[in-house]
Amino acid sequence: MKIVVCVKYVPDATGERRFNADNTVDRVGVDGVLSELDEYAVEEALQIREVAGGEIVALTVGPEEARAAVLKSLQMGADAGVHVLDDAIHGTDAVGSSLVLARAIERQGPDLVLCGMASTDGGMSVVPAMLAERLGMPQVTFASEVTVDGSTVRIRRDGDTATEIIEATLPLVLSVTDQCNEPRYPSFKGIMAAKKKPVETLTLADLGLSSTDAGLDAAWTRVDSFAARPPRSSGTIVTDDNGSAAAQLVDFLVGQRFI
Amino acid sequence: MSEVLVLVDHADGAVRKTTAELLTFARRLGSPSAVFIGQGMDSARSFLQQYGADTVYVIDSSDVSDYLIAPQAEALAQLVERSQPAAVLLTSNAEGKEIAGRLAIKSSSGVITDAVDIAAGNGGVSTEQSVFAGNYTVACTVTHGTPIITVKPNSTTPQPAPGAAQETRVDVSISDAAKTARIVERKERAATGRPELTEAAIVVSGGRGTGGNFEPVEQFADALGAAVGASRAAVDSGWYPHAYQIGQTGKTVSPQLYVATGISGAIQHRAGMQTSKTIIAVNKDEEAPIFELVDFGVVGDLHKVLPAATQQVQARKG
Ligand SMILES: Cc1cc2nc3c(=O)[nH]c(=O)nc-3n(C[C@H](O)[C@H](O)[C@H](O)COP(=O)(O)OP(=O)(O)OC[C@H]3O[C@@H](n4cnc5c(N)ncnc54)[C@H](O)[C@@H]3O)c2cc1C
Ligand SMILES: Nc1ncnc2c1ncn2[C@@H]1O[C@H](COP(=O)(O)O)[C@@H](O)[C@H]1O
Repeated sequence: MKIVVCVKYVPDATGERRFNADNTVDRVGVDGVLSELDEYAVEEALQIREVAGGEIVALTVGPEEARAAVLKSLQMGADAGVHVLDDAIHGTDAVGSSLVLARAIERQGPDLVLCGMASTDGGMSVVPAMLAERLGMPQVTFASEVTVDGSTVRIRRDGDTATEIIEATLPLVLSVTDQCNEPRYPSFKGIMAAKKKPVETLTLADLGLSSTDAGLDAAWTRVDSFAARPPRSSGTIVTDDNGSAAAQLVDFLVGQRFI
Repeated sequence: MSEVLVLVDHADGAVRKTTAELLTFARRLGSPSAVFIGQGMDSARSFLQQYGADTVYVIDSSDVSDYLIAPQAEALAQLVERSQPAAVLLTSNAEGKEIAGRLAIKSSSGVITDAVDIAAGNGGVSTEQSVFAGNYTVACTVTHGTPIITVKPNSTTPQPAPGAAQETRVDVSISDAAKTARIVERKERAATGRPELTEAAIVVSGGRGTGGNFEPVEQFADALGAAVGASRAAVDSGWYPHAYQIGQTGKTVSPQLYVATGISGAIQHRAGMQTSKTIIAVNKDEEAPIFELVDFGVVGDLHKVLPAATQQVQARKG
């Protein structure tokens, strides 16, 4: 089984996150990491490989620094990496990213494309569906449990009102939630082995694309402005002495007309 | 006036409140046309009429409803082609976003997810979203194709405005390729009798500080007529089902009032509740980061404060 796992390099959510002057997300001047939610996709790929055998390619589209996302995947156990790196991609929207990813995936001819449930920066949760559409594959998404049996993939999907079991046959696009598994930490052996694993770097031209297909100017949506949310004005804080706080809490609720 | 397509979010004809919000937004952009996929139109009719659908496209084919996502996207793409709408509005949930993603590619259109506001701008439809765990607000415009926009629940107050709800049955052709992911089993979650989490006006949630006992949280919620939520720590401990998790990898809520009890206020939790109008926290640690967000905070033990408050709320209500 050949698996491509899509891994995104994102600004660290626990650090500072900000915008550039051109209203794009600053991905270079802040601390970045492999999107935590994509670690679950890498882990799932590793577990599927344990059962079905095969090869795992970690794919990222992003700036120079994004190589770190591929490296972390290799340290966890992926076999090879692909990094699509091109200045023209700066400022791309999801439509553009999905095109670049799809072209890079086609070159690999995988049986399974694995994604995280959402990127932790944009968080649109649309790229897996877009990939399925572009690649002409079925999508089984937001999997909280995955079973691969030959060419049949069964997943459990915990929806808003119901739990569903969904079945599809390979090749397909699969996205997994953080309920799916517990991502492993790279072992010392894994970190050493990753240094020798191949990482291919591709440009848009290598994929038969140009700046009219992806990047800020090619985007079909535009960020017009951004503003930091005004800090919440500090509220009243009371300490519960001998049960005094309940009444104060209820007074507040009455004052705000919640009761 | 051009049409605005609104995908109806419903379960066998029981239409969810979010659809009324979408119809309310749609009226700002043009004439709302509801797209009803599946069975139960008879139960949905009066709701769609009440909230201003001028037209209702009814697609009632098992080809569309037995499969996942792709057929709904195909059906919508065919309607977009036919009616050249000013925009397509969908609910921002897992399914809505995925349909939007596929539809964007099919119809060569820009897509925006998680909008909290929509306006008819000069350069096209413009939206407002809250990003980076609610720390920033951004304004966006779709610049290509038909704007496809998913809207967060509770972003506007639904306003009734009677519409004609002229029904048109639509036949769509669903390709075999779209039928390759099949729902083979479906188990509805048992109803709790509480409001739906993302639609509720008040949410009371519990975290690790409950120690696994959600009774005080549930009883306080019931006294206020609120929905119950949980932090990931509580969900991961097996104390409360994942469907009620609030945060980055759970639900995003934006109620009038959010009450966090025994929750520290990690960035991933904030991502799901930071845009709530009023925030209250009960936490025994005065240093807990959740207190940075609150309008009213109680430093105390939730197992004491909540039962006492529940009693007093009940007493005041008589
Ligand atoms: C990729 C990723 C995604 C995540 N997604 C989510 C998400 O969607 N939602 C989410 O919630 N978290 C999420 N998390 C986890 C998040 O980082 C925190 O670990 C989690 O929110 C902590 O839950 P908590 O506040 O209940 O527990 P803790 O952080 O342990 O806090 C418990 C609090 O309870 C207080 N307390 C203890 N006893 C009492 C008492 N008797 N009375 C009153 N207060 C008491 C303590 O003082 C403490 O502040 C995610 C993490 C990652 C890495
Ligand atoms: N630039 C990217 N490089 C690699 N994978 C990506 C990229 N953008 C999105 N993805 C994949 O698509 C998933 C969903 O992303 P999103 O639609 O942005 O929430 C992520 O979890 C990744 O698996």
